[in-house]
Amino acid sequence: MTPWLDIFTVAAVSAGALFFLAGTVGLLRFPDALTRLHAVTKVDNLGLGFVVLGLLPQSNGLFGALKLVSIWLLVQLSGAIVTQLIAGAVRQHGPRG
Amino acid sequence: MTISFFYDVGLAVLILGVGTTTIFAHTAFAAVIAFVVYGLLLAIAWVRLAAVDVALTEAAIGGGLTGMLLLGAVARLRHAKVDDIRTGLPVRLVAGVLCALIAAGLASAILLPPAVIPTLAPMVMENLAQSGLGNPVAGVLFVYRALDTLLEKVVVLLALLGVWSLAPDSAWGGIPALRVYARPNATLTFLAQLLPPLGIVVGVYMCWVGAKEPGGAFQGGAILAAMWLLVMIAGLESPPSIGRPWLRLLLVVGPALFLAIGLAGFLLANAFLAYPPGYAKPMIVAVEIALTLSIAVALGMLAAGPPERVRQQ
Repeated sequence: MTPWLDIFTVAAVSAGALFFLAGTVGLLRFPDALTRLHAVTKVDNLGLGFVVLGLLPQSNGLFGALKLVSIWLLVQLSGAIVTQLIAGAVRQHGPRG
Repeated sequence: MTISFFYDVGLAVLILGVGTTTIFAHTAFAAVIAFVVYGLLLAIAWVRLAAVDVALTEAAIGGGLTGMLLLGAVARLRHAKVDDIRTGLPVRLVAGVLCALIAAGLASAILLPPAVIPTLAPMVMENLAQSGLGNPVAGVLFVYRALDTLLEKVVVLLALLGVWSLAPDSAWGGIPALRVYARPNATLTFLAQLLPPLGIVVGVYMCWVGAKEPGGAFQGGAILAAMWLLVMIAGLESPPSIGRPWLRLLLVVGPALFLAIGLAGFLLANAFLAYPPGYAKPMIVAVEIALTLSIAVALGMLAAGPPERVRQQ
């Protein structure tokens, strides 16, 4: 049973790392602020989401798992809000405002 | 050579790189953002060194609150003329030399350690049980180095007095404006309604758990201060005028209680800041709770800045 859980962890965390990589490349390569925000949000929800999903079988007990999930939810919340605020500022003042 | 070795080396290189970025950044804004990233990376480094208490403080104060103070300073400096803020070459040279001296001193202490590193850690661990605390850091802060801890809290109040003394005479006793930060909008209001209940629970937990796990008054207080600031910046609650009696009371209740218990030590345990046997833990927890309130209010008002307008009534 345990080896399958470990394989699941490795696969999911690797998938998460791939999204981190893709998001970073997007952040560096995309042409303007709004598309770059789009790249960064993928890191927040899918990248971290897969990492947390992969770590769930390794957590110690239900509380450990709940803590991991709540970290993901909090990052989701702050990511979504900050993205909205930055996008709002870009729309109002232009990318250099 | 394990994988954590590569992780640590990568982290150290990253910290040095971000530190260099902070120094050579072209604009003050970019430098502050790099500084915040630097603080968060340092927090990870502290976790790697198993100093979770320090990591929490670094993340909350070094990354969070200091970053906010610096961003506020950058926003204020935008209105200043460039000539006013550019320092001359000699001053920058002297600052650079002094920083290099400090770095060299630290480097020599780390690279050339004495054969036997002096430590009191085993003695602390042996005697920790007497205080009833489970967290050795809290034990050192409140039992062995209580005087330092007391003075540290008083310094926060002094810093706040320094900020308040920048107020123009006409605004003395008025309310901080907070206008250097984002203008309230619907998204920010949503966050300010959603996050504080959660943050307050985390802050209270952080203070309460400090006696036996990493955490404590500073970390808990910083989180409470952040929640308060969020509500004020979102415009849900106006900052209080600095003359309010409840505000003044909350600011001094922590250090005052600490000092009172310290003085009571003369009568009950024959020394300043000594605790009577058997009562150490309840007394320390009481001081921690009062300190958390004081630190939360002091940090919140520090970030809110000097009073700028008088309340219309």
